[in-house]
Amino acid sequence: MSEVQITKTIDARGAFCPGPLMELVKTIKRGNVGEVYELLSSDSGSAKDVPEWVNKMGHALVDSKQDGDFWRITVKKMK
Amino acid sequence: MAKRIIVLGSGVAGSMVANRLAKSMQKEIYSGEVEVLVIGNKKQHVYQPGFLFMSFNEGTLEQFSREQKHLLHPKVKFILEEATKIDTANNTVTTTKQSYNYDFLVIATGSFPDFNSVPGLAEGSHNFYTPEGAAKLRDELFKFKGGTILMTIDVPHKCPVAPLEWIFMADELFRDLGIRDKVTLKYTYPIGRIHSLEPVAEWAEAEFEKRGIESEVFFNLEEVDPNKNLAYNMDGTGHPYDLLISIPAHVGAKVVRDSGVGDEDGFIPTDRYSLKMVGQDNVYVLGDATNLPVSKAGSTAHYQVDVVVRNIISQMKGFPASHRYSGKAFCFIESGLNEATYIWFDYKTPPQPMPSSEMLHWFKLSYNELYWLSARGIL
Repeated sequence: MSEVQITKTIDARGAFCPGPLMELVKTIKRGNVGEVYELLSSDSGSAKDVPEWVNKMGHALVDSKQDGDFWRITVKKMK
Repeated sequence: MAKRIIVLGSGVAGSMVANRLAKSMQKEIYSGEVEVLVIGNKKQHVYQPGFLFMSFNEGTLEQFSREQKHLLHPKVKFILEEATKIDTANNTVTTTKQSYNYDFLVIATGSFPDFNSVPGLAEGSHNFYTPEGAAKLRDELFKFKGGTILMTIDVPHKCPVAPLEWIFMADELFRDLGIRDKVTLKYTYPIGRIHSLEPVAEWAEAEFEKRGIESEVFFNLEEVDPNKNLAYNMDGTGHPYDLLISIPAHVGAKVVRDSGVGDEDGFIPTDRYSLKMVGQDNVYVLGDATNLPVSKAGSTAHYQVDVVVRNIISQMKGFPASHRYSGKAFCFIESGLNEATYIWFDYKTPPQPMPSSEMLHWFKLSYNELYWLSARGIL
């Protein structure tokens, strides 16, 4: 992971509404192709929701891992 | 010289925080030690949740409006001017008329639907997020004789449950009018379920099934073609409509964007607990203006007011700003024209919708009137 340059970290820990994935959607829609976003989420559902949305929308999942009591999910905007 | 607190913005968050500050520091304000100024650009204060009801002709703009100066504590000074710059380095707010120094600043500048966020959106869509939009939609709705009503939702937007409320109310309206069989209600959502909150999505999916409301997930609006009546998803597919209801992505206030104090969307980096603007010790942010991952809703502001007021008073007394926002929000959800449910949640507690009831619907309608007590800082 050290070689990946994070463009922006989205701290969505504790977010229920609109929720971590919606925070990521917002950022990706406004961002530039090639940028990498790190999403911090305390919702275990994000580990499934985020890769599903990323694949469906044609972006790339760089990494997803549990870090203590939250998940650290890294995504690259591809288009 | 009096310590000056400027509240920038006169919506729900700004009005409540100014009134609560004034009530909590009556002695200091009457003795001239402290003054509270509200800088706002609207003479009329509008209760925005009323727009949903207006679009169904269940209320009027007059019913949901009051004159701003009558909502504020008599010792709060209301300055009806357009703010143009927030300068945290020099502790000033500049308007089109003059500059004001502050000892503490509370930014409550709100959020606004951006109808230019997607090509064709402004020309091709209807909405219930502005008074003009709600009035226009009301007129279209009662002329509608059949066809497809498509709803698209972008992020971020105010009141994350309002689109669901609208679709449930529309379902009931067309049943009442006896033309439900001629109307296709199609609701779309940007992610893989029909609401970001899983318990709300599960509840709403069962309601959709029962009522025959169609849904499409992973729908991220990229373009509207008003000539062909097509709404395009990020995956390139075009979706036909006869009436398009769109909830556009919201942005922060122009003064925030122009002053360079916000993120790329004009929302201000804010500490999730203290509600201080990041990097500033005497600037607080609340309501829709923050970049916090919480609902952009009046109830969020309501719960934040207490924290901001107590922290400012603590700091003025030389105490630590120790009060913390819990992330709490409470939302009524109209599940038809005659019933409602509600949810609440905070940073640690996920929401769980309650069974709908007529009583909760009446509670919501009552709150539409009780709101004026909240804005005055009484409730």
